[in-house]
Amino acid sequence: MTLPQLQELKEIEDKARRDLAAAPNEPAFESWRITYLGRRSRLNAILRGLASLPLEERRQVGAAANRLKSELEELLSQRQVQLHEAAVTAVVEKGRLDVTLPGRPLAIGRLHPVTQVLRDILAAFVSMGFQVFEGPEVEWDYYNFEAVRIPKDHPARDMWDTLWIDYERNGEYPMLLRTHTSPMQIRVMEQMQPPVRIVSPGKCYRHEATDPTHEWMHTQVEGLAVDEDISMADLKGTLYEFARRLFGRERRVRFRCDYFPFVEPGADMSIDCPMCKGEGCRSCGDSGWIEILGAGMVHPEVLANVGYDAERYTGFAFGLGVERVAMLRHGIEDIRLFYANDLRFLQQF
Amino acid sequence: MRVPTKWLREYVDISISAPELARRLTMAGTEVDAIITTGRDWEKISVGQVVDVSPHPNADRLRLTTVDVGGEQMTVVCGAPNVATGQKVAFARVGAELIDGHTGRPAILKAAKIRGVESAGMVCSEKELGLSDYHEGILVLPDDAPAGMPLSQYMGDTILDLDITPNRPDCLSVLGIAREVAALTGGTVREPPVDYKETGRPIKERAKVEIADRDLCSRYCAALIEGVQIGPSPPWMQERLLAAGVRPISNVVDITNYVMLEVGQPLHAFDFSLISDHKIIVRRARPGEVLVTLDGTERPLNNDTLVIADTKEAVAVAGLMGGAASEVTDSTTTILLESANFNPTSIRRASTALKLRTDASARFEKGLSPELAMVGVRRAVRLMLELAGGRAAEGIIDVYPGKQRQTRITVTQDRLRRVLGLQLPSSQVRQRLMSLGFGCRWVPPDRYVVRVPYWRTDVRIPDDVAEELARIIGYDELPTTALSGGIPPAQPQPSRELREKAKDILASAGMQEVITYTLTNLESLAKALPPEELNKRPPLRVANPMSQQQEYLRTTLRSSLLETLASNLRHRQGRIALFEGARVYLPRPEDLPEEVESLAGVVTGDQPDRWGQPKGEPVDLYDAKAYLDFLFDHLGLTATYHDSEDFALVPGRTAEVRLDGQSVGLVGQVHPGVAAAFDIEQDVYLFEVNLEALVPHVGRPRVHQPLSRFPTVEEDIAIIVDEGVTAAEVQAIIESFPLVQRAVLFDIYRGSPVPAGKKSLAYSIAYQSPKHTLSDTEVNRERRRILERLKGQIGAVLRS
Ligand SMILES: [Zn+2]
Repeated sequence: MTLPQLQELKEIEDKARRDLAAAPNEPAFESWRITYLGRRSRLNAILRGLASLPLEERRQVGAAANRLKSELEELLSQRQVQLHEAAVTAVVEKGRLDVTLPGRPLAIGRLHPVTQVLRDILAAFVSMGFQVFEGPEVEWDYYNFEAVRIPKDHPARDMWDTLWIDYERNGEYPMLLRTHTSPMQIRVMEQMQPPVRIVSPGKCYRHEATDPTHEWMHTQVEGLAVDEDISMADLKGTLYEFARRLFGRERRVRFRCDYFPFVEPGADMSIDCPMCKGEGCRSCGDSGWIEILGAGMVHPEVLANVGYDAERYTGFAFGLGVERVAMLRHGIEDIRLFYANDLRFLQQF
Repeated sequence: MRVPTKWLREYVDISISAPELARRLTMAGTEVDAIITTGRDWEKISVGQVVDVSPHPNADRLRLTTVDVGGEQMTVVCGAPNVATGQKVAFARVGAELIDGHTGRPAILKAAKIRGVESAGMVCSEKELGLSDYHEGILVLPDDAPAGMPLSQYMGDTILDLDITPNRPDCLSVLGIAREVAALTGGTVREPPVDYKETGRPIKERAKVEIADRDLCSRYCAALIEGVQIGPSPPWMQERLLAAGVRPISNVVDITNYVMLEVGQPLHAFDFSLISDHKIIVRRARPGEVLVTLDGTERPLNNDTLVIADTKEAVAVAGLMGGAASEVTDSTTTILLESANFNPTSIRRASTALKLRTDASARFEKGLSPELAMVGVRRAVRLMLELAGGRAAEGIIDVYPGKQRQTRITVTQDRLRRVLGLQLPSSQVRQRLMSLGFGCRWVPPDRYVVRVPYWRTDVRIPDDVAEELARIIGYDELPTTALSGGIPPAQPQPSRELREKAKDILASAGMQEVITYTLTNLESLAKALPPEELNKRPPLRVANPMSQQQEYLRTTLRSSLLETLASNLRHRQGRIALFEGARVYLPRPEDLPEEVESLAGVVTGDQPDRWGQPKGEPVDLYDAKAYLDFLFDHLGLTATYHDSEDFALVPGRTAEVRLDGQSVGLVGQVHPGVAAAFDIEQDVYLFEVNLEALVPHVGRPRVHQPLSRFPTVEEDIAIIVDEGVTAAEVQAIIESFPLVQRAVLFDIYRGSPVPAGKKSLAYSIAYQSPKHTLSDTEVNRERRRILERLKGQIGAVLRS
């Protein structure tokens, strides 16, 4: 036969389970706890009454009551966790965001592609110890031509169609828009003594009809290094390093003989055509090579023109067109796009 | 310069392929622009003989031409004026690929009815065959061309199209290229023969040459050939001339052209009977002298121009073109052949003055060797005797005032090493130089004496010899080293550095950089600058502008920015913010202009919404100011803004920007009238900064303000002031109090209960002391003083 206390514990358990399952929230849990586990609960009354029971009954009822107490405590805690998780899940479900929506737009400004490429070119030389030094775009004939060994009536003047400033002196136009950055060789050497190691970027101008590969205003970078022991080998090494930094380590480079009045020996440098990888295509005129700069050893007469001792000092100079590099790098086929400044073009870079 | 390889092989053996030959020439300085293979596209084109020419029934200018193509007779419609019975021609069948005479592009010949007559093919012009641009008539082939033979077999060739640099006039000849080829391939040059028999009376008894202006003519050689028979030159010569791009005319003229192309010496043939007193005088033109040249043009000569004259008048412009009066004609029997050397500068000036460039002037102006004159004349006489018959007078008149010793250059081994970065063995130096025709003697212990061949007028100094060695060895064979040696001290250029920094800052603020043309027109400048400024300092003008659109150097960036904005507004909505950092050119008397680094920006359009779309809320002055504030903040500067006026800006919406009281720029709304002049129909805001004026202000490091350990007390106050009082005035007064750590304007209110003509400004003020925690009493006292001063100075009252 069953003890009446055990019967009661069974009733308490059944009721407690039912009530807990129905309890919706934390306050309901608290009143359930008071009802079933509080000081005035029936379970507590049974536990308190144990002392008055005979030994064997006390043992049986005590064990059952204590087991029920810990079971109910465990049930409560499980139920609390369950409810908390449900609440979190509800929040997450409700607050789910489409992470693919665009970010709130910040205004994005860009530098002109010519500026970007020019910066990269200059950075490559600066890291090799060259300093950036700019000069005037409106020049004297002397600096643009005479001092770099292109006297009046020299056929080499045909290489540079000139825009002259409307300013006459002794029946001639002595002022012009510089056709290249080479006058900076003279200006720099007039201002400083060797060792010289500069790059000079800036706008240059040609009297030239525009087409996809010609533009009357363009940007050049002049380079000049003069010291006691500079040779063609240094010229090659410096420009080779530059080409690899700008166009990639795998780029092949070619130097060939070329003529500019202010250098001797004269050279130009080509890289293998990035379009056809040297196979020959329309971009490179089927040669597989694209010429990117003219260079050479500074002519001793140019050194003499600035009062340098041409026996003691040697040096190299080079000039490259920035737009051409930008065209190669970005696959641009019409140079006129640069200064048309269409935002649909500029904002691609 | 077009060099047919068939012709080139006459002087040098070529054992390598055309592409490899082209590569070597290019690497050594003679750039091959193209390798042209004539005949490759000449399928279905053969040599034909015209057997009949009869009128077209339906068209006056067309004729029916029957061509025999090796037994087969074809009739075609031909419009060329020079077609005639008996001619050998290039005949293309239907299906042949020809260059279209009008479009210049290749096209397939189709069967066609021309004015009702079926045409079975075409008689081709030089242009249609891709030989030259000549399209005024058909190509007439030499009489011995075998009818029926495929044209490619008859005259196909590989032609090198060369780009000769101005320092190498010797390479403007097939022989010159042969010398390069020999040096680059280890071959030997076969010089063309120049000997002949002299069977006539001595020339000295029959003709005289006098050089009156010896500064302009260093040598004049003349030969006389009598009894010549004028006629066509032989087929082989015509073919070579055609391949080189020169049209055959007659044997005598063709020979002068041929020798010029062959050895590089321009020649001129006079009809000797038309030279008055048989005397040649080389002199400057006389004032007012005029000459009708071979091309039929009457040319006024200036007295710097050198002419060839007889005792009466000028008969040729020296080195440029002969005169029509002494031209060789079909009836000419005695030829005076001129082979001379003229001053390059004088030729170039004459060429510029007369706007006339010829194959001869292009050679003379680059400085030919006078030694070449004798080679040229002897070669030409030999060919004349061979191809035009006649007898050569004994001797050649040779007036040679400019004779010079052969150029010798002493080159040290050390110089070669220092220039090339490479120590060359003396055997290699000698061998390489000799392959180019130089003489080279090793003078122990350390130098060479190099003798320069006469045709290399460009080689003068030791470094020229270094280049010869380098280009024949190959630039790729030179070593590659990194620069060693000291790095020079820095030469700062603050305005350049500031410009680049400012560009970075504005781009990071969301503005797009543009780079616009620096040449513009007065009209465009006048839209944005007041007339008095343009009058006071007129912009520099280009003497030879490419167009009137690009004639003046800009003195402001405004115009080009507004133009760029306008062109973008055509296809763009929403906010546009552009800037440019570039130079303006301010003229100075008798000097180069001052090139001032400037910075300008424009902003227009609607603010973007959350999706970047126009919000329907246009930008205003404070958006333009925002860019300036951002710029100055990043430069570590604090600018102040002051009411101002400008021609292009709206009064009352224009501020001068100052740093430490000094004006450095301007910001404001572009006047709607000015905007409209640039075709802009919406509000535009503009700023300009003079970067040079900014330079002295930047670069000062900001001084650290220690953080106070004591708490701040924050409170808001609102004051009512007259409309005319500026925020900057109020701000300055509040911030002048020592306990005010910062004051921020956070609201402006107008309307009831604030009286009309007044406004309420609300400030959040933070009080703080570096020394102790502020008490309420201290804060109250400070606030009272602030309000008193605001009242005293600007009549402000506390809004309750
Ligand atoms: Zn390519």
